[in-house]
Amino acid sequence: MSSIFKLYFPSLFFFFSLAPWVPVVGLEIHAQISSNSKLFSGSQVQFAAPPNSLVSFFDASLPGTLPVLNRRCVEAAVMTGLALNCSINKKSLFDRKHYFYADLPAGYQITQQRVPIAVNGSLSYSLCIDNKMSQMVTKTVRIKQIQLEQDSGKSLHDDTRSQTLVDLNRAEGQLRVDANVSVHHPGEPYGVRTEVKNINSIRFLAKAVDYEIQRQIEELESGRTILNETRAFDSKLGCTVPMRDKEGKQDYRFMPEPNLPPLILYDAKSLPANMNHQQVVNIDWIHERLPDLPSVKRAKLVERYGILPEHSFTLLNEDGLTEFFEDVIKQTQMKPKKVIGWILKDLLSYLKQHSLKVKESPVSSFLLADLLNRLEEKEISSTAAKQVFAELWKGEGKTPLEIVKEKKLQLIQDQKDLEQICQAVMAIKAGNRKVLNKLIGLVQRETQGRSNPVLVKQLLEKKLSE
Amino acid sequence: QRCLSLIKSTKFLNAYITVAEETALKQAEESEKRYRRGQPLGVLDGIPIAVKDNFNTAGIETTCASNMLKGYISPYNATVVQKLLDQGAVLLGKTNLDEFAMGSGSTDGVFGPVRNPWSYSRQYKEKYVPKSHSEDKDSNWVITGGSSGGSAAAVSSFTCFAALGSDTGGSTRNPAAHCGVVGLKPTYGLISRHGLIPLVNSMDVPGILTRCVDDAAIVLGSLAGHDPKDSTTIQDNFKPFELSNLTDVSKLSIGIPKEYHAPGLSSEILALWSKAADLFKNAGAKVIEVSLPHTRYSIVCYHVLCTAEVASNMARFDGLEYGHRSDMNKSTESMYAATRREGFNDVVRGRILSGNYFMLNQNYENYFIKAQKVRRLIANDFVKVFGSGVDILLTPTTLSDAVPYTEFIKEDNRTRSAQDDILTQAANMAGLPAINVPTALSERGLPVGLQFIGRSFQEKQLLTVAKWFEKQVKFPTIQLEEVKRHDHGVFQHQKSASFL
Repeated sequence: MSSIFKLYFPSLFFFFSLAPWVPVVGLEIHAQISSNSKLFSGSQVQFAAPPNSLVSFFDASLPGTLPVLNRRCVEAAVMTGLALNCSINKKSLFDRKHYFYADLPAGYQITQQRVPIAVNGSLSYSLCIDNKMSQMVTKTVRIKQIQLEQDSGKSLHDDTRSQTLVDLNRAEGQLRVDANVSVHHPGEPYGVRTEVKNINSIRFLAKAVDYEIQRQIEELESGRTILNETRAFDSKLGCTVPMRDKEGKQDYRFMPEPNLPPLILYDAKSLPANMNHQQVVNIDWIHERLPDLPSVKRAKLVERYGILPEHSFTLLNEDGLTEFFEDVIKQTQMKPKKVIGWILKDLLSYLKQHSLKVKESPVSSFLLADLLNRLEEKEISSTAAKQVFAELWKGEGKTPLEIVKEKKLQLIQDQKDLEQICQAVMAIKAGNRKVLNKLIGLVQRETQGRSNPVLVKQLLEKKLSE
Repeated sequence: QRCLSLIKSTKFLNAYITVAEETALKQAEESEKRYRRGQPLGVLDGIPIAVKDNFNTAGIETTCASNMLKGYISPYNATVVQKLLDQGAVLLGKTNLDEFAMGSGSTDGVFGPVRNPWSYSRQYKEKYVPKSHSEDKDSNWVITGGSSGGSAAAVSSFTCFAALGSDTGGSTRNPAAHCGVVGLKPTYGLISRHGLIPLVNSMDVPGILTRCVDDAAIVLGSLAGHDPKDSTTIQDNFKPFELSNLTDVSKLSIGIPKEYHAPGLSSEILALWSKAADLFKNAGAKVIEVSLPHTRYSIVCYHVLCTAEVASNMARFDGLEYGHRSDMNKSTESMYAATRREGFNDVVRGRILSGNYFMLNQNYENYFIKAQKVRRLIANDFVKVFGSGVDILLTPTTLSDAVPYTEFIKEDNRTRSAQDDILTQAANMAGLPAINVPTALSERGLPVGLQFIGRSFQEKQLLTVAKWFEKQVKFPTIQLEEVKRHDHGVFQHQKSASFL
């Protein structure tokens, strides 16, 4: 069984159409804990493992088997709780939630309904208004609870043979979200809510919630009512549709799980001296080992490297980008403020264009640093550097130096050469200080960006003053 | 060997569902080799043991006496079974019970009722007066009690040295009382439940049935202790103990809980109970009347909690992964329904239905939560009494001696269970250790036992006192001459066995 936690985000934000409507959105987020074995059994967790290959007797709900809680999962839940500013319950309980379904072999799911491991947290996040990076707004969502939950199995429907097969390795999706949505007028009670189930990506979540808000507003504004129903998001059509729910309202008949004693967590103060430390989970110990949270990381980046706050967001939002940035910094003399431009404008846009992750980048931090060093040493111009970067992206194993040589992109330092070129330019354009920059541009064009702009400027000034 | 032939000759008792003849002989052979080498695995090496058919046994069918699991062969051994095998014990077979251990007569299993060996004893036959001449001579056999009736009968009829039962509301102590054997229900959490097919997880414990208290202590010693596969077991390791012969009981304080003078308690048992109290008093022990005021609410709360957990535990039997599956294939839901209708008997289905009712959103507070609160009060009653200096409680185990099968089935399972568990289930509600010690024969020549209830995890003290008591009462040995006659009548092709 993989392990799941739920985060409830009863969030509130405003949305205006003709009449003011306030949508209320609550999310139930099922996230798989990255652990080696399942929440209640010793079976392994492995992505895309052959069906039913990682199933213990407990996973198959054989009679007489009992759940045994996985310590790693508890620690992960505590860590998440701390990261999300929750209060950690030193005593939490497990419950059984009953329903019949083919991929739920026990007929119930072990979860934490009544007293979950962590409650009352919050998550602050920033977003930019009108896509302008300079206008960031910070918002906060409230987190109702984090609970440890056993995952159900996975039904695989074989339509041609009208069979359903069940894989008890359990669901492989790493993220699954159910969104509860309602709309109401300010000052009035909350509207009837619908639940959009089984959304499996952040992008679809945003689409589903936006669609559902819009749909509810349209329904209400045309005088119809909202049904308290379960809906599904159709990612192809980009809309939500009612789910077939012939059973009517389910009564899950929650009861305490009698085979798991209350989960007791300790802190430095309450930790009994004679306890085996392998057997207890110490909240303070986990707290100390908590990595920097994103807000702290961002502040550190701004402070350490003098980059803009909005750039720190972009660095952190892309998995591995901060590390890449810092690796480049370590290997180059270029100032971080200049490096960040290369990271965000060049590297990131290439990655986006090719839908690659940072770790898949064909240009390593070493190669980029090498390139930036050549730019910094004025061996090449920045225009040439961009060309070298484009070549490096091809991933042909060439070093920046090789590319520079091959493409003849060295910065032209030879005064005579430049003088000749400038002369030629001057012949076309009569001197005028105002067009100096334009002239520099022309020289650059003539030299395919290889001329040292400072030198060109000096030369042109000299020529003009002649 | 000899046990196996005894099992055959007592087959009419219906104590066993499965006899594992081949594996048992093999295990016995291995054990003999070990003894010849002088390297036995432990005290239980070579000892024949029977196991109730709701414990998982790898390679041997585990049925719970239900159509649902007929033919089901588990891929693993219950922890207690594994521990027995690891110590060289010979697993003779799986014993009969009420379906999924739901009952108090061992009459409601799919393999038919278990017959009490005492029905065929000289002691019973001598006292029995037929009501009419027309009455069939064979129809007066009495029940074993339950639900571990098969295990109790197996021990009582000498087919094994010891047997495992399970005890949720009295399922080990009740048949022990009716079959004249020792039945120990250990403290909840002392013995692993891993592999015991659950009735009520929060009350189930593996039970031990033996012919004397010393044997029970030996078996307990080999089973008790932490099991990483059962999170409700104690963390500490358990140290096996040998029972000393108590010579002085003057420091002992025996409590007589007045609430156990329950309606329906036979005058015979009442008299025996007070005789036993006098026995302690005369030996110098302090005997005091105590009160456990919430006792009378216990059985109804037990019913609510039991059925709720039953409803939950039985949900896994849906015909998909294992066990019976109906041919009905119109839809998954109709397959579930047909499978469960065909697989479970009325008793099981009745308990599932009421359990689900108690767990419904609108009823949960009024039934389940209330019952849990009362359970806490019952446990606190015991805590208070033991806190006041009482060491052991002495009570009857059953209201009367065993009744004939024909009488027993006149009442339904629910009524019977409510009557028969009344004196035993409170110990399960509180998780306390309790033991039935066979005490005397009734006027009808049937065994009657008394129950000792001890403090949590104080098995040593409980068993020491029980052993002292056992020595004083000198419970008679069963005279099973009748088996011979029956043996010739029913199984003429088999060699007869004789008992001493």
